[in-house]
This record gives sequence, structure tokens and C-alpha cells, in this order.
Amino acid sequence: MNQAGLQYKRRLKRRHLVSRMFAIICIISTWFGLLVVALLLIGLMFKATGIFDITASSQTELRNWLTPHLLTNHMSSHPEKAGMVAGIWGSFWLMVMTGFFSIPLGVGAAVYLEEYSRENLFTKFIRLNIANLAGVPSIVFGILGLTVFARMFSLFHDFPPIGIPVGIGMIKIPIPFGRTLLTGSLTLSLMILPIIIIASQEALRSVPQSIRHASLALGATKWQTIWHQVLPASLPGILTGTILALSRAIGETAPLIVIGAVSFTVYNPGNMEHVSDYLTKPEVLLTVPSSDFTVMPLQIWNWGTKPQPEFQDLASAAIIVLLLVLLCMNGLAVFLRHHYGKRLDW
Amino acid sequence: MKLRKFMFPTQLCLVLFTGLLICGCKYEEPAGENGAGAKYVVQVAGSSTVAPVSEAVAEAFDNATKIKTNVATTGTGPGMEKLSRKECDVAGASRPIKQKEIESCKAAGIEPIELKIGLDGISIVVNPQNDWCDTLSVEQLKKLWEFESKVKTWKDLNPQWPDEEIKLFGPDKVSGTFDYFIEEIIGDVPENQSPCRTDYTQSVKDTMLVEGVKGNKYALGYFGFAYYVKNKDQLKALKIATKSDLSDSVAPTSETIENGTYKPLSRPLFIYVSRQALLAKPEVAEFVKFYLTEGQKQVSEVGYVRLPEETIKAAEKKVLDILEEGEKK
Repeated sequence: MNQAGLQYKRRLKRRHLVSRMFAIICIISTWFGLLVVALLLIGLMFKATGIFDITASSQTELRNWLTPHLLTNHMSSHPEKAGMVAGIWGSFWLMVMTGFFSIPLGVGAAVYLEEYSRENLFTKFIRLNIANLAGVPSIVFGILGLTVFARMFSLFHDFPPIGIPVGIGMIKIPIPFGRTLLTGSLTLSLMILPIIIIASQEALRSVPQSIRHASLALGATKWQTIWHQVLPASLPGILTGTILALSRAIGETAPLIVIGAVSFTVYNPGNMEHVSDYLTKPEVLLTVPSSDFTVMPLQIWNWGTKPQPEFQDLASAAIIVLLLVLLCMNGLAVFLRHHYGKRLDW
Repeated sequence: MKLRKFMFPTQLCLVLFTGLLICGCKYEEPAGENGAGAKYVVQVAGSSTVAPVSEAVAEAFDNATKIKTNVATTGTGPGMEKLSRKECDVAGASRPIKQKEIESCKAAGIEPIELKIGLDGISIVVNPQNDWCDTLSVEQLKKLWEFESKVKTWKDLNPQWPDEEIKLFGPDKVSGTFDYFIEEIIGDVPENQSPCRTDYTQSVKDTMLVEGVKGNKYALGYFGFAYYVKNKDQLKALKIATKSDLSDSVAPTSETIENGTYKPLSRPLFIYVSRQALLAKPEVAEFVKFYLTEGQKQVSEVGYVRLPEETIKAAEKKVLDILEEGEKK
């Protein structure tokens, strides 16, 4: 074999080595994330189920905190009686209302920016601002929410509440909003809007230009093109982005503390006692937006600050519940992406 | 497109939503629901030190009377602000109200009524493995915590102690515990200067401080008595002496805090109730009365120290007098 052939072989070997090393680095990065999550989960599981707690003292009672009444009981100063039902319902309604406010606004803004706006200084400025807003710490949104929604710049004193008629009655809205679910959801909506806008923009951009051209060429208006072709095609991406943004909102504590969400309460939003109340008693449903609330992360935080060490373990159990809810939401995002991804039939 | 099916409800929602915004009008209470039907929910805010007590009282109050209470943990300062804005009826405080706060309440037409509800002794705590230090004098504490303190190791405090760095843990500056500790130990500080040294681990969460002291043999920290009591076997509380020869050293216990011999770090815990809310809302009056009678059991349950009987009785009388006076008018 000649010199060049030998050299080639050696180089080939080295190139393959580099290639393999790169693969290994990538695998390590993947497993690193997984390992951290696994460690966290295992530690939490041990603490929550009372098998083992490294920080526990001999005074601490080790027991299984992951019980059904963690999900059904109200908060209590006795760890064995304490539950997080108010937090679960609070988080649920906060999510529903945040979605109600943020999705139309976010998708609308994205459609305007992608489909209608011309590239000029003004839209560039808007885009830059949205990207910046996505990085603003959540507590800043909390302060904003406190002045704008909860107190409305102290402009209104003893203002009568406003009623909004819906089919089954009136929704009572206090002015200013105070520390209600309405304030909470509007604040969180502002917080996740930039994320939704950016995700939706990406999704809209990924729709091939040829689809728009074809639709317009067949005589469809811009509205018809966007509503019937572009939006459905980008729906999986929009939904994924939205659900991921909502999962960020569900884990937020700081802005909610600032707007004055309560950390201890013994009733669910709207004073609901049974789930069936939402169906049989419309007034319960109607008072939800103007109801005081607490959320799961806030309860976890509250338990984490209690002097009794048992509450630390209880907080671990609550974190597991919160993680499960998050997992379900992310699962839903994956499902929707697949489901609607398949149904495209141009 | 098959997706039209999915899109229709979205469209409907959008139209409805806009419609609602446009025709929003004045709310009228549905008949029968106002008055006796729906009870007022008592709103409590304020100090995170007092919050565990308020929560326990709120729970017992709900069980006894079915009147609901919400507690928001905001910290003493923001709690006072909420009181002055009528956003809460009762504010917990781990320090007495400041003159500025009284004035802002007055400006809003609120008169805060001060009620002592329990006692706390700020505990100076070390790791149980620490076998050299049992007692510190106030003077030593001041030397240790003051601004630009020269004390780095245990040896700097007492030449017989190990030459190891002291790991310090303390609450952060928004805390009422911090305010009280600085006032009692360090005293007046010039403005525009940090009231104490800055090279220590600060945390809003007292449990973080507990963990920190637990985990380090050479650690020293201070926090509320309840956090020490509930983790007693993993922490060691130091005796505090006001004289420099340590002859009058006292350890924090329920007794020494109650009878005031644990000096100078035992302090009262307060609730402030707005006089206006007390008179206008019977639920608030019930809650405050409950707090000062049966609710007192919760004070020791949570880990704080109960006030002497007479003090509580006097506070209760204060409330009853105000209510009576209100009735006469």
C-alpha cells in the first residue's frame, strides 16, 4: 500500500473517532437532564412517601403523605389533615381563564405580525419588544398586575361592581379587580403573551408559502386563506407553544404573591363544595372570576416556610401532584400535535 | 378543511367575549343571596412570622363558626399597606406599627388597633456538634453582626474557641425578625449604610436558615423561636447574656420568654385590626374575639409563647369596649 492510502486510512479513523465522540457528548447531554429529573423525582418520592428523608430529625414523623386526602382536604395547620384541594381548583380556573385571555390575543398578534404587517421599523420595534418581554422576570409582571388590575391606579373608590350578563345569570366583576382570579389570570396572561406570540409566529412561518399562493390564486380572500388554510396548518405548533406557556404559568408563584393571592383559604373558587356544584348551581360558576384564590405552587411555598418539619415532606408530596399535572399538560401538547398534525389533507 | 369543526367554537368564543365586554353593565345582587345568605370572608394579611398562628386560628374559627377566613402571607410592611387600602381587615405584624404607617392609615380613614397576640424569642442557634460555645453576650453578638465586622472565626470571639470560620445565617432585610434583631443588638446605625455585615447567607425562608445551621458544624444563625422548637434535636440554642461576664445568661424557653427574662431578644407579636372593619363587619369582630380567646391555644401549638392571661384579657376588653362604643353610636 502506498503512502497516500495509509494516510487516508489514518485520517478516516480519526474522522470516525471525532464523529463517535460527538455522539457520546450528545448522549451525555441528554442523560444529564434526565438524570437530574430522576434524582429530583426519587428524592421527592422518598420524602413524600416517608421512606427516607435525609433532612428529617428524630422529632419528625415519617409517613406517607401522598394520600387521597391530600387531594380532597382543605389547608390545615395540622400536617396530617392538610390538603391542597383549593390550590388544585385555583390552578385549574387560573389556567382556564389565562388561556381564555391570552390565546386569542397571542394568536391574533402573531397572525398580524406574520401575515399582514410589512417589514418596517415599527414592526421591527414591536418584535424586539416582544422578544424582550419574554425575558422579563415574572415578579415584574406581578407588580404591574397589582397596580393595573388589582388596584387600577387607585382611581376607583367604592365603585359598584359591574355585572356581565351570560345565559345563566350575571358575572359579578368588582372594580378594581382586587385579589381575584380575574386579576391573577390577566397578570399571567400578560406574562405568557410574548411566549405565545413567538411560538405562534414560528408555527405560522413554517407553513409553506405555496399554500398561501395556491389559496389566493383560487380566489380566496386573505381572511379565507388565513382562517381555512394557514391557521389550521400551523395549529399543532400554536397549540404546543400555548400549552407550554400555560405550563409555565401554572408553576408561577412570585407574581401571584405580589397581587395578593391568599396563601391560606378554606374554600374553593366560587365557594364550590362539590364538583357537581359547577353543573347544578350556576351561581357558583358565575362567582369564580371574582373569587379569592390560591394556587398549588403558593401552597407548596407556604408549606415550605412552616416551622414544623412535617410540612416540608408534605410540600414534597404536593410537588409530586404539581409535577403530575404538568406532565399531563405536556402530554396533552404532544397528543394535540400528533392528532392535528395527521389531519392535514391538502 | 375538517378543522372547521374545531374552529367554530373558537370563533363563537371570540364573538361572545367581545359582546360581553361591550354590554357589561351594572351588577345587581340576585335576590335572596345578599344579607344573611352569603357571609363575609375575613381577610388577613401580613407578617410571615404571625401567619402560621393566623392560619391555625382561621382553621379553628372555621370549624367553630363556619365563617371563612383567608390569610395572605405578605410580610409586615406590605400587610400594613393593605390594611390602609382596605384590602384586608386584619394585618399580622412581627414589630410595632411605624409612625409613617399610622399616618397613611389615617389618611385613608382607617384607625389601626394594636393587639398583642403572642410572644416570640429570636433564638441564636448553632449546630449541636458545636461543643465549645454555650453562651454569647449581647456585646459579642454586636461585634459579630455589626457592619464590616472583623470577626471571621470563632477564635475572634473567644481565644479558646477553634480557629474555624463562622458560617452565618440570618433572615433578609424585609423581615420583621431582622428589624427587631438589628434594633436590639446593634442599635442605631447611620443612614446609607447597611445595618449589619453583609457577608452572610440571607433567606426569606426561615426553614432555609434551619437547614443551613443543621448542615454545618461551625454555623451560627438566628430566627424565630418556633423554628427552633420544631427542630430542637438538631439545633442548639445559645444562652444570651446582657452583661459581658456572662453571669446573667438565659436560654430561650417558653418560661423565660413569657416572663421576660430572655432579654433582649424576646418580642411580642401583633395583629392590627382596622377599627372601621371591626365595627362594620360582625364577622371581623367575631374573628378578633376568637383570636384572643380560644384561638390562643393555637399560639403554643404553632410553637410560639402565649402571653400572660392578664395581657390577653386586657386586649379582649379593648376590643369589646370598642364594639360597645360602636353600638351606642
